[in-house]
Amino acid sequence: MLLKELSEAVAVSSREDEVRTLLKEHLSSSVDEVKTDRLGNLFCYKGWKESQPKILIAAHMDEVGLMVTKIEKDGFLRFQPVGSLDPRVLVSKPVVIGKEKVPGVIGAKPIHLQEPDERKKALDFKDLFIDIGVDSKAEAEGLVSLGDLVAFSTEYEELGDGIVKGKAFDDRAGCAVLAEILKRDYRLGLAGVFTVQEEVGARGAEVVGKTLEPDLTIVLEGTTAADVPEIEEHEGSTKMGYGPALTIMDGSVLPHRPTLDKLLKIAEANDIPIQFRRSTKGFTDAGSLQRGRGGIPTVVVSVPCRYIHSPACLVDTKDIENTVALIVEFLRSVEQEGVPS
Amino acid sequence: MKEILTKLTRLYGPSGHEEFVRDAIKEMVEPHCDEVIVDPLGNLIAHKKGSGPKLMLAAHMDEIGVMVTDIDKEGFLRFTKVGGVSPHQLLGQRVVFKNGTFGVFGHEKLDDIKDLKFEKMFIDIGATSREEAEEKVSLGDVAVFDRDLVEAGDRWIAKGLDDRAGCAVLIKVLQELSSSPNDIYAVFTVQEEVGTRGAKTSAYSIEPDLGLAVDVTLVGDTPKAPTNAVALGKGPTIKVKDALVLAHPQVKESLVEVAKSHGIPYQFEILDNGGTDAGPIHLTKSGVKSGGVSIPCRYVHSPTEMVSKTDMDNAVKLLKAYLTSVQV
Repeated sequence: MLLKELSEAVAVSSREDEVRTLLKEHLSSSVDEVKTDRLGNLFCYKGWKESQPKILIAAHMDEVGLMVTKIEKDGFLRFQPVGSLDPRVLVSKPVVIGKEKVPGVIGAKPIHLQEPDERKKALDFKDLFIDIGVDSKAEAEGLVSLGDLVAFSTEYEELGDGIVKGKAFDDRAGCAVLAEILKRDYRLGLAGVFTVQEEVGARGAEVVGKTLEPDLTIVLEGTTAADVPEIEEHEGSTKMGYGPALTIMDGSVLPHRPTLDKLLKIAEANDIPIQFRRSTKGFTDAGSLQRGRGGIPTVVVSVPCRYIHSPACLVDTKDIENTVALIVEFLRSVEQEGVPS
Repeated sequence: MKEILTKLTRLYGPSGHEEFVRDAIKEMVEPHCDEVIVDPLGNLIAHKKGSGPKLMLAAHMDEIGVMVTDIDKEGFLRFTKVGGVSPHQLLGQRVVFKNGTFGVFGHEKLDDIKDLKFEKMFIDIGATSREEAEEKVSLGDVAVFDRDLVEAGDRWIAKGLDDRAGCAVLIKVLQELSSSPNDIYAVFTVQEEVGTRGAKTSAYSIEPDLGLAVDVTLVGDTPKAPTNAVALGKGPTIKVKDALVLAHPQVKESLVEVAKSHGIPYQFEILDNGGTDAGPIHLTKSGVKSGGVSIPCRYVHSPTEMVSKTDMDNAVKLLKAYLTSVQV
């Protein structure tokens, strides 16, 4: 299953090779042309040159992670986050380091040695280290080096009815949706773009926005599902199992309203559940793609994921299927009626 | 000017929903321009052709607002801000949605008014259930202040003077400028309040030789105001800097020269907080010499912004003289 392979592949920002290779192999027979640009963005074209209108659909390949910044004399590794990570989710988690995927565990001072005051404080990055089971700096240096990227080591598993657990559903869920969309044929120009370095500031998309000038851009994301205890109803974002979520505003974009209205209509006509992403925080590739050149109408459609930016996220596979169905139906409507205006 | 400003400030136009303002401006400027187009993000580009260098002037059409993020079962709306809105500015205000639905603000019980945050506030549209509320508003809908323009001596008071005052000045300039050797693009931009976004894409398409933002600027002429030399009624300001741009010295100096030679009063704008469309314009492609002419404004981002009539008239005079004479 593609989602399992995508989730278990390692692609911390700037080292997206594994996911890119996987997608290339998976899609090369379904599209006209596959290209990788200098930053590593993967472009999959279908009828792009010859057909109108031109639609760009983007999902980012990278995931949040850590970077080794110091090797202590006893072989423990210090690190910094790559992308936004809550340090409180890190302790005691298994990780893999660098290209060779050296296994390690994130450690901290054990409870027995902590002062009473320390137990009340949340652990910060400076209180944590990675233990790769070596005794010395020299031994550690034989396995890892400064600048190596660190990813969570999380097995993909099925839980409950159609719910799956894994890492990096932000944005492998979006990648899985886009891969599925690219397998169908359309009477329009389609560029499926898998971007790099979104988690460190939508940097891949910055370049993509300057490269292509489509008539409409759709960004596919895995976004926060906040249907969990301790969050007040009105402060929620999206709900898992309630279908794809339309962004009403985020830190990077005000979406194209006519396209949102069209998506709502299509969902209703086809009995596809749909919701709004009620949080307006965070940013996505959409800003750079909307404003890279002369301005492109842009929307963001997300698959709700619980516990994003953590070692174990949950996603409802029905939401993924419904997101695919929504976008495919939307593209069918564009074939008939053009881009909403 | 009064007629234009009354009309423009009354219109609904938060970031992302500038269409009413755009339609009104289009009608006012179309007879005076060679070409008027709307670009993909919704910027209105009014072109007065000339054989000289391309000059881009930008005044933004959008205003701040509040966006609905939740509707509860009793029909109360939770919201977030669109642009720079402060919670305390909302207390006691009336807002209006695009379809004419009115709302007022309430807040949860607070032990201290300092705890006032958007999360503790709600909009009451008079609905008694979620169903009733959903007939009038939907998640993502945006409301703006409801407050008509009034006169007070030499001053005008209204919501949305930031930057409908700039739009009005630019409209007047287009209407009164008979001819210019320069190739003039007056751009009424979108989405300035959420990060000068419309100016970014329109400047990319136009690729101007010189850029000027026409916006409002903060003043320091009220009791115990933050230090700022700008005062209402002492003339439009010539931009030296704002948070997003250092005005190109040639642009600044040529504006000063024109003001002096035409006997138009002016002040310098040295704005610490707050950026304008001049920011993205000057960073377009390989760079654009940019600056700005601003209208001093009190109580910016409140429902009762205040500007001086004579400052606006002088801004029109300065821009007309500048566009006719400037050499890039």
